[in-house]
Amino acid sequence: MDTVKLTIDNKEVVVSKGTTVHEAAKQVGIHIPKLCYMNLELLGLENKPAGCRICVVEQEGRRNLAPSCSTTCTEGMVIKTNTPRVLNARKTVLELLLSDHPKDCLICPKSGRCELQDLAVQLGIREIHSVENAEMSTYRKDHSPSIIRDMDKCVMCRRCEMICNNVQTVGALSAVNRGFMSVVAPAFEQDLKDSPCTFCGQCVAVCPTGALTEVDQVQKVIRALTDKTKTVVVQTAPAVRVALGEEFGMAPGTIVTGKMVAALRGMGFKYVFDTDFAADLTIMEEGTELLDRIGRYLKGDKEVKLPILTSCCPAWVNFFEHNYPDMLDVPSTARSPQQMFGSIAKTYLADKLGIKREDMIVVSVMPCLAKKYECQRDEFKVDGNPDVDYAISTRELAHLIREANIDFKTLPDQDFDKPMGESTGAAVIFGTTGGVIEAATRTAYEVFTGNKLPRIDFQELRGLEGIRTATVDFNGTKINIGIAHKLGNARKLLDGIRSGLYNLHAIEIMACPGGCIGGGGQPLHHGKSDVIQARFDAIYREDAAKPIRKSHENPDIIKLYEEFLGKPLSEKSHHLLHTHYFDKKNK
Amino acid sequence: MNKIKSLNDLRKIKQDVEQKMDLREKSDNPDRYVQIKVAMATCGIAAGAREVMNTLIEKIAQDKIDAVVTQTGCMGYCHAEPTVEVRKPGAEPVVFGHVDREKALAIIDKYIKTGELLEGIIPVNYQTA
Amino acid sequence: MAQYKMHLLVCGGTGCRSSESDLIIENLQHSLREKGLENDAQVIKTGCFGFCEQGPIVKVLPDNTFYTGVKPADAAEIVAEHVLKGRKVERLLYKDPEKQMAVSDSKHMGFYRKQIRIALRNCGFIDPENIDEYIARDGYAALAKVLEEMSPEQAIDVIKQSGLRGRGGGGFPTGLKWEIAGKNKADQKYVVCNADEGDPGAFMDRSILEGDPHSIIEAMSICGYCIGATKGLVYIRAEYPLAIKRLQIAIEQARNYGLLGENILGSKHSFDIELRYGAGAFVCGEETALIHSMEGKRGEPTVKPPFPAESGYLEKPTNVNNVETLANIPAIYLRGHEWFASIGTAKSKGTKVFALAGKINNVGLIEVPMGITLREVIFEIGGGIKDGKKFKAVQTGGPSGGCLTEKHLDTPIDFDNLLAVGSMMGSGGMIVMDEDDCMVAVAKFYLEFTVEESCGKCAPCRIGNKRLHELLDKITLGKGTEEDIEQLRNLSVVIKDTALCGLGQTSPNPVLSTLDNFADEYLAHVRDQHCPAGQCKALRQYLILADKCVGCTACTKVCPTGAIAGEKRQAHLIDQAKCIRCGACIEKCKFSAIIIPSTKI
Repeated sequence: MDTVKLTIDNKEVVVSKGTTVHEAAKQVGIHIPKLCYMNLELLGLENKPAGCRICVVEQEGRRNLAPSCSTTCTEGMVIKTNTPRVLNARKTVLELLLSDHPKDCLICPKSGRCELQDLAVQLGIREIHSVENAEMSTYRKDHSPSIIRDMDKCVMCRRCEMICNNVQTVGALSAVNRGFMSVVAPAFEQDLKDSPCTFCGQCVAVCPTGALTEVDQVQKVIRALTDKTKTVVVQTAPAVRVALGEEFGMAPGTIVTGKMVAALRGMGFKYVFDTDFAADLTIMEEGTELLDRIGRYLKGDKEVKLPILTSCCPAWVNFFEHNYPDMLDVPSTARSPQQMFGSIAKTYLADKLGIKREDMIVVSVMPCLAKKYECQRDEFKVDGNPDVDYAISTRELAHLIREANIDFKTLPDQDFDKPMGESTGAAVIFGTTGGVIEAATRTAYEVFTGNKLPRIDFQELRGLEGIRTATVDFNGTKINIGIAHKLGNARKLLDGIRSGLYNLHAIEIMACPGGCIGGGGQPLHHGKSDVIQARFDAIYREDAAKPIRKSHENPDIIKLYEEFLGKPLSEKSHHLLHTHYFDKKNK
Repeated sequence: MNKIKSLNDLRKIKQDVEQKMDLREKSDNPDRYVQIKVAMATCGIAAGAREVMNTLIEKIAQDKIDAVVTQTGCMGYCHAEPTVEVRKPGAEPVVFGHVDREKALAIIDKYIKTGELLEGIIPVNYQTA
Repeated sequence: MAQYKMHLLVCGGTGCRSSESDLIIENLQHSLREKGLENDAQVIKTGCFGFCEQGPIVKVLPDNTFYTGVKPADAAEIVAEHVLKGRKVERLLYKDPEKQMAVSDSKHMGFYRKQIRIALRNCGFIDPENIDEYIARDGYAALAKVLEEMSPEQAIDVIKQSGLRGRGGGGFPTGLKWEIAGKNKADQKYVVCNADEGDPGAFMDRSILEGDPHSIIEAMSICGYCIGATKGLVYIRAEYPLAIKRLQIAIEQARNYGLLGENILGSKHSFDIELRYGAGAFVCGEETALIHSMEGKRGEPTVKPPFPAESGYLEKPTNVNNVETLANIPAIYLRGHEWFASIGTAKSKGTKVFALAGKINNVGLIEVPMGITLREVIFEIGGGIKDGKKFKAVQTGGPSGGCLTEKHLDTPIDFDNLLAVGSMMGSGGMIVMDEDDCMVAVAKFYLEFTVEESCGKCAPCRIGNKRLHELLDKITLGKGTEEDIEQLRNLSVVIKDTALCGLGQTSPNPVLSTLDNFADEYLAHVRDQHCPAGQCKALRQYLILADKCVGCTACTKVCPTGAIAGEKRQAHLIDQAKCIRCGACIEKCKFSAIIIPSTKI
């Protein structure tokens, strides 16, 4: 590959052609301050509108300062990143940004994790030079079921816009208005809840400030915990256990399942269960549905809808309801693990415990913000009482643990409660892209062929490539599998199916980059690829360490069918574990 | 409308319209052309200045002479109307009196084309605008 | 064909049309018919003459009579007197402001004397809605010449040799731009005409499109041939309905003649043009923002490189030129690059069109050779300052330019000289200020514009300009401090250094140039809370001259706040603390006893 040589702060650097000054500087240990620029290489997420002008540097022979994030290295270039001119410019621009930013850092939900705040600390801002009562650009606060938009705190980095449009192709957010009053908002300045937003929360995951945050339900959960008349049950999603540790200074990828259970129990949750249990249940239902459709297809049934699409991801469900209303009968009707859990908890478990549905509160801890919306859907309520009462994010759980004064790092490991705490390795891998379909394959293969799997690990289904396809041989029957993560890739895959580009039987789709490990409710990655990679690796480590790795072998699942549900796709299953979809485009 | 297929087609249109535009082109750079002024006040018109002017304009177009004909007010020689002033590039103006159709043609054929003076020249003792 | 003896050219530009020039045309035609002169004189609706101050304008040919301020009712008299009897209508003639003499021949008007019209060569001369008139003026001959005699490389070389630079603001060499776009290989390329004229007061592009639309079509087609593009796009602001209409007519006529379309003039060159409408955002004059707007995206600039010549409209190589730049192209091919390069200065060739405005006698549109001095433009062509006031400053380059003073009057105007003195050519706005203009208020006016027009993408422009404006506002209210002036300067320097696009990078120029050239005026505002020009209302001081005041009490009665005290027949006094500076007293005083002093008392 062609290379170019340049000098940055008197250090010689040789980089491949096309490298930006910012990345080149990084290679020699110079970390140029930045704000709008974000490059999550591993997942192909790059944002460099060159709008904040914090990363400016001096380039010899250039009239003005150059934005290092979007200036390409050229041969012989001489760059200075910290001359008085650069420092003054950087500081002045940051002061400008701060002059139009609320000063309520002490009570801001992003405090301590805010990139703007960090920058102010790094550049040592002690005073904001501007006229008294300088005007602030304001915009009405917007509350949706999952996301709060406080655009007064927007710094116009446009990361949310990039991810919403370029990555997710949702198109809910774009810059509106001009100049000082410009802001990122849904078209026609709608509220988010009236827009095509899927609540995937990726905008929140990349927002550097407190402009985009989740709807915080920590206080509601605390109130429920103090209510003596309620039995509070908690479930934790697979991706939470590989990321929560980061909030307490632990290395990304540290598996903290046992500490998390201990912390939850310590805070007063009566029963600490695992969403993984419901994931195994999902495989039973969705896998059976898959086999049923494939079986009918093989018998020549022309009516059967193939490929079958997974439906665990609530943002994906919102996406196809908005964008593919003509294909509502294609996805699996199986509810997501969160909702299956809630449904079983408030029937089967409540019966077992001898408590009334109304007296049980189900809290779920999710790496996801769309789960907040999902649990409020009317079809997941019985007489107005939701199957899942509160869905809090990994970040909210960390807040809760901190608030409860629990020293997380030193907690001894504890185990989940029974019966809904038993799970398999197949359930764990739900937390990453490709995991659901691999789990389904493990079960479907054995049910379809009647044989034991020769191998459990389907490497061909794993990875972080945006769209992946593989063929699995079910003893002579070739099953074509497709996987997509990020909604833009989902769109490509679906359009490819329509146009005949792909011939697939089953497809797994996850809205977030990397699947749930990169979910909108996870600890902030701040644009660091290694964080995502470490979570990804940890998921498969956890799977490999499990004694049981196939959903249909989960003893408590087998018991659940024996005692309560009968068999997969039974009438009771249909009633409790399946759902239907709505046309949201033409509503 | 016919398509213009070549440079020649373009030239043809140019030539057709040029004559129409001639008046404007010349008045934009009057010093490069012969300037002919016809006195067109009431006295001039009464004496037949309009016909003289038409004759001059037609003759110029016909003979493709680089000249511009303008009308002017009374020059003060009401006794000699119609009067015509001719100013050739770089030359002093000459005023002809009692110009009729024939004399108008002669002014062009003789004075303008060959420089030969005609009878009936009025000594110039004024300045026209 | 009727041989008309007379042509009556009536300005059909936007300015004159708003003063009923259409009705003037109707009335002229009506009067001609009435007098049976319809075959003697022809009425032609042309583009703008440039002398807008005196519009509507009717020019009578061949005697070059220039009637100004014509009203529809004057049409009958022009026909009865001038056309029929050859007598000029004295009262409608332009009066020389200095000599107080009527000037009938436009050639002798100071306004036109020093002008050289290349870009405006056909404006006010031909009927813009008639392609034949354009052809008669050698229209499309340059295209024919290029197609027949030159390779694209040779044709680009002519423009390079001519030294033509972009007239839209930056002054980038046009030939070089074409060359780069030509060298980039692609299956499709685009020629874009930037008609998103946005400087306050500038209207040269509109005038060219209204008065000579075919010159733009011809130039774009030539450019297409040179760079290998078959598609042209004109990005024009929707607020220019007349320019749009004329351009649409012109495109239609050119198509009908086969001058747009396939195999133009029998060659292999094919080219066609579409219009794209802008919503009038100033920033869309920046070429990357313009391209995004044409693509249906938010009109925001992006970092260059990549330049449009590499990746422009729909990511294809795109050449963007402004209207005035293009208007020069056909003339360069017809008269030769040597001729063009012989006009102007060493590094700025040809002419530049300026829109003269402000406190100047001859407001209007002028085209002058590069290298002419500001003094010649303001005092000879512009006819000097209005009402005999003193010249104070001239603002060039619109909101991106700076304010120049007395000491710059003899600077030859070209791209580099203006930059060197802290202003710029911009698109050619030129606003003249006199002693009554406060320079802090002037800077504030321009900042108000940039704050309005900032796209909001980059922080320095979005927030910085807002803060500049707030600081200036504070100073004009008499609440500023010397630290505020320091801050103004620092902020301006940083915005210039860090803003993303040309709009932001140049937006502090009005502040910096006034700070440099009128430092005392800023200081007077902050130290003495005084506005030397008397323009800042909050700082205005009203004083009663005791020796002139007769004590009539008229002012005390009109004062809404009771700030004036005084007995009958005794000199009155204004209580400065109570005075709200409404000016009611000064209007009421019959004895000129109330004044606004130019220095603080």
